[in-house]
Amino acid sequence: MNKIKSLDDLRKIKADVEGKMKLREHSENAENLVQIKVAMATCGIASGAKTVMDFLVSDLDKRNIPAVVTQTGCMGYCYAEPTIEVTKPGEEPIVFGYVDTKKAEEIITKYILTGELVDGIIPVNYEKIEDKKN
Amino acid sequence: MKDLSLHLIDILQNSTRAEATEVYVGLIYNETDKTLTLSIKDNGKGMSAEMVKNVTDPFCTSRTTRKVGLGIPLLKQNAEKTEGNFQIKSELNQGTTVSAVFKYEHVDMLPLGDIGGAMALTISSWEKTEFEFDYKKGDNEFNLKTQDMKEVLEGVPLSNPQVINYIKEIINENIK
Ligand SMILES: Nc1ncnc2c1ncn2[C@@H]1O[C@H](COP(=O)(O)OP(=O)(O)O)[C@@H](O)[C@H]1O
Ligand SMILES: [Mg+2]
Repeated sequence: MNKIKSLDDLRKIKADVEGKMKLREHSENAENLVQIKVAMATCGIASGAKTVMDFLVSDLDKRNIPAVVTQTGCMGYCYAEPTIEVTKPGEEPIVFGYVDTKKAEEIITKYILTGELVDGIIPVNYEKIEDKKN
Repeated sequence: MKDLSLHLIDILQNSTRAEATEVYVGLIYNETDKTLTLSIKDNGKGMSAEMVKNVTDPFCTSRTTRKVGLGIPLLKQNAEKTEGNFQIKSELNQGTTVSAVFKYEHVDMLPLGDIGGAMALTISSWEKTEFEFDYKKGDNEFNLKTQDMKEVLEGVPLSNPQVINYIKEIINENIK
């Protein structure tokens, strides 16, 4: 009993997305996407990680920056939550701590778009999040 | 946690971490008893009877990144504050069901929060896991399955921002 939206709306979205993907074909390849992981275990969520993730998804989309934003588990930096790991195409991942929407905006504008470094980087002695066992 | 949607994200992460391939979320009102039951059922690796017994204790975790597990104790506490109740059933290699029953008219009842967003951000993060969301309140019923969405999307990823927004809105519209 779908009130307003239905799977038909999803069909329209699919067609629209496919149209856009054709327009920017090469930038859609996985290796050209900015990948962002948002630590969303209990401490992350309690300190506002969902708001940060909502912001990242919509702001990157608004600015037409090809990106994939996903949740991940506990990164082990509870003291610095919310934390995010940003991987630009062809670059090493960087972890940022104490990220709120303002910081997230700064990370997009400065680090992602121009490569300028911003405060809040957590030095990681090198182990990617995926390699960590939760 | 300030609302149920945040608990939902947290509990769903237990399921994906337990390598579930299918996860069911129920948000079911019983207007006679004035209860809202949030249940999360997965087919992940499950827990031993010993673990189930300890899991509502805040010091119980199987993670190695941090020594305390707070997700389940916090949800249990918020359900019990409303004079509701909380239950976990689990079996090794079979799966786990977590149910939190809230008396929704109680002053300590948490707001629902952005349930659609919580589902959307989880579904898009674990594209290989099949999720089902089920809602019932009186005559209003709503059900959404990732399997059906994938059939429509034919390869367009669930992590596409427009798709994320669709999932969020379709759920929030239908549980108003
Ligand atoms: N759905 C589940 N399947 C298997 N094990 C689970 C599940 N939910 C919880 N657990 C176990 O219970 C522990 C405690 O969970 P929780 O209170 O959420 O804290 P945390 O996830 O931070 O460890 C987990 O570390 C895990 O071992
Ligand atoms: Mg947990």
